[in-house]
Amino acid sequence: MSTEHEKIQAELAKYQASVEKAVARFPERPHLPEQRLYTPLDVKDTDYADEISFPGVYPYTRGVQPTMYRGRFWTMRMYAGFSTAEESNKRYRMLIENGATGLSCAFDLPTQIGYDSDDPISEGEVGKVGVAIDSLADMEVLFDKIDLGKVSTSMTINAPASVLLAMYIAVAEKQGVPADQLRGTIQNDILKEYAARGTYIFPPRPSMRLITNIFEYCSKNVPKWNTISISGYHIREAGSTAAQEIAFTIADGIAYCEAAIKAGLHIDDFAGRLSFFWNAHNNVLEEVAKFRASRRIWAKVMKERFHAEKDKSMKLRFHTQTAGSMLTAQQPNNNIVRVALQTAAAVMGGTQSLHTNSRDEALALPTQESVTIALRTQQIVAYESGLADVIDPLAGSYYVEAMTNKLEAEAWDYIKKIDDMGGAVAAIEKGYIQKEIQDSAYKWQMDVESGARVIVGVNKFQMENEEPPKDLLKVDEAVGKRQVAKLHEMKAKRDNAAVEAALKDLKAACEDENENLMPHILAAVKTYATLGEICNVMRSVFGEYEAHVNL
Amino acid sequence: MEKKIRVLVAKPGLDGHDRGAKVVARALRDAGFEVIYTGLRQTPEQIAEAALQEDVNVVAMSILSGAHGHLFPKVVKLVREKGMDDVLIIGGGVIPETDIPALKEAGIAEVFTPGTPTTDVVKFIKEHVKL
Repeated sequence: MSTEHEKIQAELAKYQASVEKAVARFPERPHLPEQRLYTPLDVKDTDYADEISFPGVYPYTRGVQPTMYRGRFWTMRMYAGFSTAEESNKRYRMLIENGATGLSCAFDLPTQIGYDSDDPISEGEVGKVGVAIDSLADMEVLFDKIDLGKVSTSMTINAPASVLLAMYIAVAEKQGVPADQLRGTIQNDILKEYAARGTYIFPPRPSMRLITNIFEYCSKNVPKWNTISISGYHIREAGSTAAQEIAFTIADGIAYCEAAIKAGLHIDDFAGRLSFFWNAHNNVLEEVAKFRASRRIWAKVMKERFHAEKDKSMKLRFHTQTAGSMLTAQQPNNNIVRVALQTAAAVMGGTQSLHTNSRDEALALPTQESVTIALRTQQIVAYESGLADVIDPLAGSYYVEAMTNKLEAEAWDYIKKIDDMGGAVAAIEKGYIQKEIQDSAYKWQMDVESGARVIVGVNKFQMENEEPPKDLLKVDEAVGKRQVAKLHEMKAKRDNAAVEAALKDLKAACEDENENLMPHILAAVKTYATLGEICNVMRSVFGEYEAHVNL
Repeated sequence: MEKKIRVLVAKPGLDGHDRGAKVVARALRDAGFEVIYTGLRQTPEQIAEAALQEDVNVVAMSILSGAHGHLFPKVVKLVREKGMDDVLIIGGGVIPETDIPALKEAGIAEVFTPGTPTTDVVKFIKEHVKL
């Protein structure tokens, strides 16, 4: 230990002794983290050059770009979509007019699970949590008067990601925009669907094939497209801790890389297009540390495990969404403040893009007014707060650096455990990841119920006779019927022989494991074959995933 | 021996958000109930059939997708059609206040919205279940 550290150690001992006396008389609040203060001693083993370094420099702890927000702000990307393609198109154009710099499409559940709107299982769900897309015809309306050569579009679509991407490419082609100009992201992260989000269709093996087919196709034809958004967001929403969010997500990322390498791809050919998606939860400093730790871990995984050589392959670029599960139905205006703090965390953590939730989302889909406040929150943090003016402003904080190290160490422990089980797919099939998340979710709930964890307006500072909020967005119940009518009209007009031929060709391709499915799916969507028809062909070959739940 | 209350925790529809359903299921089990969880994507028919096969006293459903207005009443109808007149049917999820009267009218005994302590659900079941 250096003399300076010895001096600090001695002073710290004195401080601790005096605090012990004070605490004996005036106890601290209950349920606090054990360590009350951080000093240079907590980070004395952290080598600046190796572990922290500079923005844009390995291991990217301080950010993936050299100038971060001094060049331009993060992309303000608001997740939206409901009802029909016409309605959602209006909302997208409103967001663009208000300064949103990227689109983010929410699809309804039938679309996310590959069912058409007229499937009996879709009844009651059409247009509810997102927009209903049955065929290329809906996609043409969704992006009407939006220049796909200019906007970047993120699509929250997983099991049928290949089909929606194909539709997007086809719409762009009609607009005269070549595929190599398209910018955007498909979520395409099936492993977290099995573990946390629930919109899976096929079993893991064919699902991993679809994903690697997309990696390969896009590396050649849609090179600016982010082919996957490896998502911790939903793992955290399902109840995980911050360390679990990092670990389970990076374990999923490792599984995708291994699958792609096994399929014959070279790491540097696809790794640069992998992107991540994190949650911005309530504990601001822990979250900042989480973002920093995740970048460092991924950089090490790519360099040491996969021997990536390109810098781009080692950079963990990420989108962030504020934590939906932390919104309260009680006193909903308080959520504006929660979202502002979560935004601050995401920005100080160096996010590349951000969605801010609206105050009313614990109750319904957000109204236009609520969405505008949420977007303004980002703009206030960007332009007024100063948080975006200096790169990685919390670096060097004894606490944040120590917390970054701690989260990194906890995440590595989990990753090693998952490696020992045979990787993320095996860990999910065993139910291990699901169980870990469930246990954390249950602990959180019990802490709230015991009062160990305070949620303002829920278990403390409640209001008697709180008025239920008015003016919630209501999706018109007739949307389902209208969408079904539109679908039937479209089917009557299209060339059904061409559809059948394309589906037959797709089936043959599905049966040949060495065939890349993307060109066949693209050909099928161009005939206006529906999402349900295409997914049913794949179901007939691949089968469906069956979940096993252990409570 | 006292008969244990049997509860079917069910996720109707296509919604994959099951954090709440699983937390409630576990809290009910810790409260001494026998709990069966259906897993995701159950049709109303499957839920009614499971309620019958498992001979439950309570069906507790969770929906966060906005499809409650369609799916909850359908489950009530099918459960009653199968002759389970005494089975207590409750629901929870992201459900606006204004939708609750219609759900109760349709036979949902109580609707629990976000922020409800699990102890409230336990208490409600104990007070209203018919064994």
